[in-house]
Amino acid sequence: MKRKKFHPSSLYLCAVLLLMYLPVVMVVIYSFNASKSDVQWAGFTLGWYQKMIHNESLMDALRNSLVLGVSSCAISAVIGTVGAVGLAQSDFKTKGLLENVAMLPIMIPEIILGMVFLAFFSFLGLPFGMITLIIAHTAFCIPYIFIVVKGRLAGIDRSIGEAARDLGASEMRMFFDITLPLIAPAILSGSLLAFAMSLDDVVISFFVTGAQTNTLPIKIYSQIKLGVSPEINALCTVMLALTFLLILLSGALTKTKKGKPIKPTISKEANQ
Amino acid sequence: MVENILELKDITKSFGQTQVLRGISLSIQKGEFITFLGSSGCGKTTTLRIIAGLESPDSGSVLLGGEDVTAVQPNKRDVNTIFQNYALFPHMNVYQNIAYSLKLRHVPKDEIKRRVGDMLELVQLPGYERRMPIELSGGQRQRVAIARAVINNPSVLLLDEPLGALDLQLRRQMQQELKKLQKRLGITFIYITHDQEEAINMSDRIVVMNEGRFEQIGTPGEIYDHPKTSFVARFIGTANIFSGQVKRIEGGLAEIETPDGLCCAAAGDYALREGQRVAFSVRSENMLVAKEPVEHFDLPAAVSENSYVGGMLRIAFTPRAGEPIVSSKHGIHANIGLGERVNLYWKPENAVFVDMQEADA
Amino acid sequence: MKKVKNYNWALVLPIYAFTILFVLIPLIYIVVLSLLRKDILWGVTNEFTLQNYRKMFDPVYLRTFADSLGLAFGTTVITVLMGYPFGYFMAKLAPKRRAFVMLLVVVPFWTNALVRIYGWMIILRAKGVLNHLLMSLGLIDTPLKILYTYGAVLLGMVYSLLPFMILPVYTSVEKMDWSLVEAARDLGANAAQAFLTVTLKLTLPGVLSGFVLVFVPSIGLFFISDLLGGGKIMLVGNLIKNQLMQARDWPFGAALSVVMMIMTFAIIFLYRKLTHSSDLEEFF
Repeated sequence: MKRKKFHPSSLYLCAVLLLMYLPVVMVVIYSFNASKSDVQWAGFTLGWYQKMIHNESLMDALRNSLVLGVSSCAISAVIGTVGAVGLAQSDFKTKGLLENVAMLPIMIPEIILGMVFLAFFSFLGLPFGMITLIIAHTAFCIPYIFIVVKGRLAGIDRSIGEAARDLGASEMRMFFDITLPLIAPAILSGSLLAFAMSLDDVVISFFVTGAQTNTLPIKIYSQIKLGVSPEINALCTVMLALTFLLILLSGALTKTKKGKPIKPTISKEANQ
Repeated sequence: MVENILELKDITKSFGQTQVLRGISLSIQKGEFITFLGSSGCGKTTTLRIIAGLESPDSGSVLLGGEDVTAVQPNKRDVNTIFQNYALFPHMNVYQNIAYSLKLRHVPKDEIKRRVGDMLELVQLPGYERRMPIELSGGQRQRVAIARAVINNPSVLLLDEPLGALDLQLRRQMQQELKKLQKRLGITFIYITHDQEEAINMSDRIVVMNEGRFEQIGTPGEIYDHPKTSFVARFIGTANIFSGQVKRIEGGLAEIETPDGLCCAAAGDYALREGQRVAFSVRSENMLVAKEPVEHFDLPAAVSENSYVGGMLRIAFTPRAGEPIVSSKHGIHANIGLGERVNLYWKPENAVFVDMQEADA
Repeated sequence: MKKVKNYNWALVLPIYAFTILFVLIPLIYIVVLSLLRKDILWGVTNEFTLQNYRKMFDPVYLRTFADSLGLAFGTTVITVLMGYPFGYFMAKLAPKRRAFVMLLVVVPFWTNALVRIYGWMIILRAKGVLNHLLMSLGLIDTPLKILYTYGAVLLGMVYSLLPFMILPVYTSVEKMDWSLVEAARDLGANAAQAFLTVTLKLTLPGVLSGFVLVFVPSIGLFFISDLLGGGKIMLVGNLIKNQLMQARDWPFGAALSVVMMIMTFAIIFLYRKLTHSSDLEEFF
C-alpha cells in the first residue's frame, strides 16, 4: 500500500499541539534539573522529589486533595446518576427547567460560584475547611456526571428496560440488572472526569478553603506566587502523572468490557 | 362457551393534547392469532403497550383471564412482548437473555438450562448460547427475542411489528415460522403490523385501526370482501369508492345515481330507501369493462393509464366526475388502448355498501 | 383512577435539593447581598442601597470592565483563528489519527491549569528558556521582558481555553454533510465560495458554542493574570477576588458578581437564540 501524501495541514496540527505540550514538558524536564534556579540545566537529579516527599505541608495538601476528590466525586456520582436516571424516566412538564437548574454550577463562571459559596457559607456560619470544600466540589462535580450519564441513557433504547419489566423484573430489578450495567462505564468515566476537575480546581477552592486546609492546587498557587522552589516542579510532575493515569483508566473503561468493544457505545460517543 | 383470555373495555388514552385511543373495546379468545392493522399513529402500538402494562389507560380496563389487571405492573402480568427492535439486553449473551425471566422466578439452575436448550432448539439456534446480541444477524436476534418471550409460557404474546426490520425474503419465511410456532404453542398472539398482506396471511382475526378507533374487526375474508367502512376498503387492496343517491330499488337491486353516472348494487341485507345517500366500494379486480352499454349502468370513462403492477394489468379510467377509477386483471384487457372510451360495470353483488349507520343495517 | 405508580420524583429529589440549596439559594443570597450597604469595618448592614452598583461607574472600575471584556474578546478572536483550522483539519484526518489527535487535545483539559501556566512562566521569565534561546541565537543582547505583560496574560488565556474552541468546531465539522459542499461546487461555486457559503455557515453553531465556552470562563480566570501578569493587569475576576479577600467589601464583590452573571446569562441566551439549540455543543 502506498503511504498517504503528506498534507500541509498536518504541519499546522503538529505545531499547535507542540505549543500545547511545550509548557508541560518544561515542567517535567525542570523537575529533574539539579540547578536551584531553573534557568540552566545542571544535570539530572531526583533530589526535588525526595525533598517534596519530606515536605510535610505538601504531602498534607496532597492528602487533602485526594480525600476531597474521592469524597466529592463519590457523593456527586450517586446524586448525579440517580438524578439522570429519574429525569430520563420521567415526563415532568418542567423537565427542561429542572435540567437547567442541574446544569447551573457549570454554566456560571467559576469565580462567581466561588464567591457565592464564600458568602453563603459564612452567612450560614459553616467553618471553612474540608466540609465546605466537599460541598463546593460536589456542587460542580454533579453536572459532569449528570451530563455523561444522561448522554449514555439517551443512547439506550427505552424498550430494553421495558423488555426486562415485561419479562418479570420489578423496577428495582430492572435498574440493577439492566440500567446500571449499561450506564456503569458512563458513571465511571464521568466520575473520573469529575475527579480530575476536583483535582484541578483552583478558583473555587481558593474561596472556600479554610486557613488550615490546603489543597494541592492552592498550595501550588501560593508557592508559585511567593517565588519558586523547585520542589514545585516535582509536585506538578506528580500531578501530571496522576492525571495521565486517570485518563488511561477512563479510556480503558469506556472502550472495553470483557475485552470486547461495545460498538454502539463507542460510535455514539465518538459522534458527540 | 369459548374462554376470553383478554378483554379491553372502553379504553381511552391521551398524550398531552393528542387523543391516541378513543374508547376501544375488544374480546380475544384463547389461542387466537389476532392482528392490529393500521398506519403509523393509529394507536396500535399504544394499545399493545396498555395490554403489556407499559402504559396505563386514562379510562377503561384491561381484563386478563377474567381478572382486572389495569393497575397491575407489567412484571406481574402473564403477558410477554416481542419488541419492534427486539430489545435484547446488549450486555448479556443469548443464554442469559433467554434465561432472564426464569432467573427472576428463581427456577432451579438445571431446569433453566434444560428449558433454554429446548427454546434454542425451537427457534433453531442451538449452540448460540455464548454469543452476544451484537454478534447476531437480524433474523437471529429475532429468534432470540421470540425464545426469550415464550420461555415462560405466557398466556398472551404481544408482537410489535416484529418483522419490520427484516428484508422481504426473510420476512416471508419468518411469517411462516411464527404462524407454525403459534399453532404449536397454542399461545394467543396479538400481532401488530401496518402491512395488510402480512395481516391477511397470518391472522385468525384482523382489527383495522384508524385514528384511535377500531374501524372493523373480522376474519381476513370478512375484512377483504365486506369492508364496513370506506377506510377499510381503501386500506386493504385497491378499492374504488362511489357515493351517490338511491334512485330506484327493484328485485334486490339498487340503482344509484353518482356524479360519475348510474351504477347498480345489490341491496343485500340493507333496507334501502329511495332517495337515501349511500357509499359503496368496488374492488379493482371486480371492475369490468364493456364497449357496449350495460343494463343498470351508465358509467362511461376514458382509459387514462395502463401499466403492469406485480403481474397484473392495472388500468386507470377517468370517468365524468374526474376521480380516477381503477381496474386490475390478469392481462385480459390488453387490447384496450389509451384514450379509448369504454363503459364500466360490475356484478351487483360485488358492490359493498360502506360507512352505513347502524340503524340502516 | 388506578394508575401505575412511579417514584421518579424521589430519584430527582437529591440533585435538585442539593443544587437548589447550595447553588440557587446562595445565588439569590448574593443578589440580596449586593443590595446591602457595607458596614464601616467589613460586615454588612441591613440597609438597602444601590450604592454598590453605582460604584462600578467609577472610571477605575469601568476601566477594569473594559480591560476584562477586551481581553476576553481578544482571547476569543485568537482562539477562533487558531482553533477553527485546527478543528477543521482534525475532522478531516483519517479515523485512527483523528482519535489520537483528539486524545492529545483532550489531555490538557484534564491536567491542572495551574501546572500548565507555570510551565509558561518557566519559558517566559526574564532568565527563562525563551530569552536564553533568543540570546544564544544572537537575536537579542539583553533579555526581553515577556513575563508580566499584557501579552503574556493573553497568551495564557488563549493557551488555557483553546481546547474549548477546538472541540466544538471539530464536532460540527465532523457532523457536516460533505455532499452539500460537493453540491455547491457542482453548482459552480469555487472552493472559497463553497467554504464561505456552505461549510462556514453549517459549522457556525460550533464556533458560537466555542465562543461561549471561551468567553465566559475568560472573565473569571484570575490566577492567569495574577501569575502571568504579575498582578498588574486587573480583570473583573481579580477585582472580585480582591473585594472578597483583601478589601473585604463583600456587597461590592457581590454586585460585581451579579453584573458578571447577567452578562454570562445574556451571552448564553443569545447563543441559544442564534442557534435554536438548548445545549452547548460540548464534548462530553
